[in-house]
Formats: sequence, structure tokens, C-alpha cells
Amino acid sequence: MTCAIDVSNLTYHYPNGHPALDRLDLHVEHGERVAVLGPNGAGKTTFMHHLNGLLMGSGDLEVAGVRVGRDTLAELRQRVGLVFQDPDDQLFMPTVEEDVAFGPLNMGLERDEVRRRVAEGLASVRMGHAASRPPYQLSMGERRRVAIATVLAMRPMLLVLDEPSANLDPRARRELLEVLERVDHTMLVTTHDLPLAAELCERAVILADGRIVADAGCHEILGDADLLRAHDLELPAGFELTGVRLRPRPGSAPSIPESDPWVQFEQTTGGSR
Amino acid sequence: MGALCNHSLELTGLAGDPASRVHRLDPRAKLLGLVAVTFVAVSTPVSAWPVFAACLAVLAVVGGLARVTARDVWRRTRFILPIVLLAAVFLPFVRAGGEEYAVGPLTAHADGLETFAAVSLKATIGTISAVLLGATTTFPQVLRGLEAMRTPRLLVMIAAFMYRYLFVIVEETGRMRAALAARAYRPRNALHAGALGRVATAMFLRTYARGERVYHAMLARGYDGQMPQFSPLALRRADAAFVALVLLVLLPLRVAAEVAM
Repeated sequence: MTCAIDVSNLTYHYPNGHPALDRLDLHVEHGERVAVLGPNGAGKTTFMHHLNGLLMGSGDLEVAGVRVGRDTLAELRQRVGLVFQDPDDQLFMPTVEEDVAFGPLNMGLERDEVRRRVAEGLASVRMGHAASRPPYQLSMGERRRVAIATVLAMRPMLLVLDEPSANLDPRARRELLEVLERVDHTMLVTTHDLPLAAELCERAVILADGRIVADAGCHEILGDADLLRAHDLELPAGFELTGVRLRPRPGSAPSIPESDPWVQFEQTTGGSR
Repeated sequence: MGALCNHSLELTGLAGDPASRVHRLDPRAKLLGLVAVTFVAVSTPVSAWPVFAACLAVLAVVGGLARVTARDVWRRTRFILPIVLLAAVFLPFVRAGGEEYAVGPLTAHADGLETFAAVSLKATIGTISAVLLGATTTFPQVLRGLEAMRTPRLLVMIAAFMYRYLFVIVEETGRMRAALAARAYRPRNALHAGALGRVATAMFLRTYARGERVYHAMLARGYDGQMPQFSPLALRRADAAFVALVLLVLLPLRVAAEVAM
């Protein structure tokens, strides 16, 4: 059995010589949800890009059972779904469905299968009604959900999300959380939205100056005020960690309860908003 | 200002009844049909008025079937037409022949006026054709049509990205203008234009960085230099009938005009 991410001694320097990742080690098992915390400039995005072979540093990197190298890029990119921070970067096709179809088509799937994947991907982020719309007509929250659908349609083994809740209003953020909690993938989430990490991930690591400096249960890390402060992180003022419950995983709870207000809302409005 | 930009971009979308027969035609049929109208008009000799009338009639029927109102057409043509007509407005004074009319210090010629009328009509017909295509076909559909008609893929891709990011860039420009205005930037003379130059530079750099990020996002989903196609187009009987009807009406008149010359 392979693991989801096995990184040892990963080092990467920016073209200007500035070190971004410095002998980074991380091990993630299949099925884990891990939050990667750290202030801006800690190297979070650089690390994410390594997981998809967009950047290549030195060191050993095995992701989703594939040893990262130039010859394994196609395989790697099918297995690792990378959701970028700015959905406007990720959604580049004229319509939503063409964008969701982009990945599956690149995988060389048959058109009927692609069509199925598009429908399935959009349904799982509750954006089925927007298939033929151009991305610029969508709200930021909707764009973010479509961006997630574009990688879910490739059925990756590992989902990597870069700042998923950035620039979202509270409602869009809650909808995003509801979508993510039902996604049954190994997940790596970079964020400085600590309450989001507390609700979504059971494990957290802190990335600072290109290294993993803390690795423990999410609530354990978020409960350590001194540790957070030492790395320029903090919970919102007055936030009570004890009041936050980790959202149940898709396998461990009924997937969509009858009384889900969102589902009822979608049913009454036909899902269009 | 941002609102104004968005407003003018709205004029690029569909108009009329989106469920109309014309809207539902294959984009290739509409491209071929409306380009044919333009070609016939442009290639027709100056005094062959029945051909111009027939072109306008065809456009009127297409517009009517699509329920695109004259107001929609006017709102969209008024941006393009003045620029097109600007070139033709000198013709009556430059082209000699026929009767002469004094217009202030200038002299207009009858032949020149006739040429001006014909050129204006050609320009109007071409513009309305393009406007009707845009009003009945979404831009992504036009792109699919062009691609299916073997337009070089690189050109289609450039157009597709331009369309996708035009709105993003307009929004960014709007924000930068607002940022300038919020700090009391009110250019009074040419020396004050320097700030605009820096805005342009910043826009260029941002666009460049965005291009890089978009390319990474494409790579991350397995892009290998080939743009995949999602839904292939299928020509139906109605599409062939549309093109055939347009040609049946226009070609005989066009040929007759040639014979009469």
C-alpha cells in the first residue's frame, strides 16, 4: 500500500536564489485531511506546486503512489487535483462545462464518459445549473466551487486546495465547507483561515521558512496559542476552539440528511439562484 | 466608470429570443450565411441597387425570425458604423464625374455621391450581418464554429482567451481607476498623464503574471499543447436550408447585376 504524500528532504530555491523550501519532510496517509498552516511567504503555494510537478526541487517526492519526475508528469497530474487560489486562473474556458471537461478530455476519456464526469463533478459542488454559463457571470463562491469540480471530474486520489476560503463572504464560505465535507478524498488544504481548518481537517502542520515546524492533531495545534503566535498565526478574537466540531466524513455519517436546508432550498428553487 | 465598461460589454451578448430558430442554428450555418450576405454586398458594383435591397431584406428576415429588434441592432451598430463611414465621407468631394454641387468652399460630384451611398450601404450591410451573428450566437459558439471550419487552432485559442480574460482585465482596470480617483487624481494637463502610464505598466505586468498562472493551471490538468474539444457540432437539415435559402435569394440577383453591367 502506497501513501498519499511522502516527501523527504525537499529543497527548492526561487530563480533569484532565495530559498523557498528547505529540507521539507511530510508524510500523509490515504484518507487523511491535513491543513497546511503558515503565514504568507512561508512557501505553502510553492509546496503545493511541487505536488503536481509544476515546480521541481531536489529531494525525494512521492505523491499518490507516483514518484515525481519528468517522465511521470501525466500520471501524476491525473492523480493529484490541484485547486488554485484564484478561480479566475483556473477557469480559463469560455463556459463552465467546457472547463470541467478540460481535464477528463486531456486524460483521453471517451466523450460519453467525459459528459458523465462533467455532470458528476458539477453535481458534487452543486453547480449543475451553471453548466453552460461563462465563468465571469458567477459569484466568487460559485467560481471556487466550479474550480473544485474541474479537478473532481478527473477523479484524483489526492485533492490539494490552495487557500480555498480566500475572498469568500460568510455564506459562500459555509457553502464551500458543506461541499468539501462531502468530498471523500485525501485532502491537503493550505489556509490561514484557522476556523476552517478546525472544522475540516483532523491534522495540521505548520510550514514556516520552508520547513514543517509543527505536526499534530488540528485542535492540538490550534489550541497552542504560543505556537501559533510564534509563526504569525492567530485565531479570530473571541473564537472558542472547544465549540468547533470536526465535520463528519462522508463514509461515517448519512451523506445527505433529509432535513438538510440546502437540499430543500435547491429542490424548491430548482437549484438556480 | 467600471459600470460603464460593463454596460458596453453587455452589448456583446445575445439579443432577441434565445429559443428562436435562428438562435438554434449551427454556428457554422450562421457564419456561412451572414458572411455570404456581406460578401455579396461588398462585391456588388456601385449601381446595382436591387442586390443591396435584397441583402437588407435577408438581414431583416433573419433579424425578424430571431426577434432581434431594430433598437438592439441600432444600439450595437452605432459604435462601429461611424468609424466605418468616416473613411467614405470624403468620397463625394474626391471622386469627380457627373453633376457638380457646391457645398460651401467644396464641390461635391454626383458620381462621388453615388459611390458614397453604395459604400455606406455595403458598410451598413456588413456591420448588421456581424451584429446579427453576435446577437444570435454566443461567442463560445462562434469559436466552436470557427474551429470546426478549420480556422487555425492557435487563432481560435487566442480569441477564446481574449474573450475569457477581457472581463477580468476590465474589472482590474476599473479597480485601478477607482484607486486613482480615490486619491484625488484628476489629470489637468499632459504632464499629469504619467500616472496613466504607470497604470498601463502595472496592467501589463499583472496580465503577464496571470498568463503564467493560467498556463500552470492548464498544465495541472494535463494540458499537453493540444486544446481538447468537448461537444462536436452537428449540422442538421435546418442549417443547410438556412445557407441554401440565403444563397438562393442573393446569388441570382448578384449574377444578374454582373450580366447587366
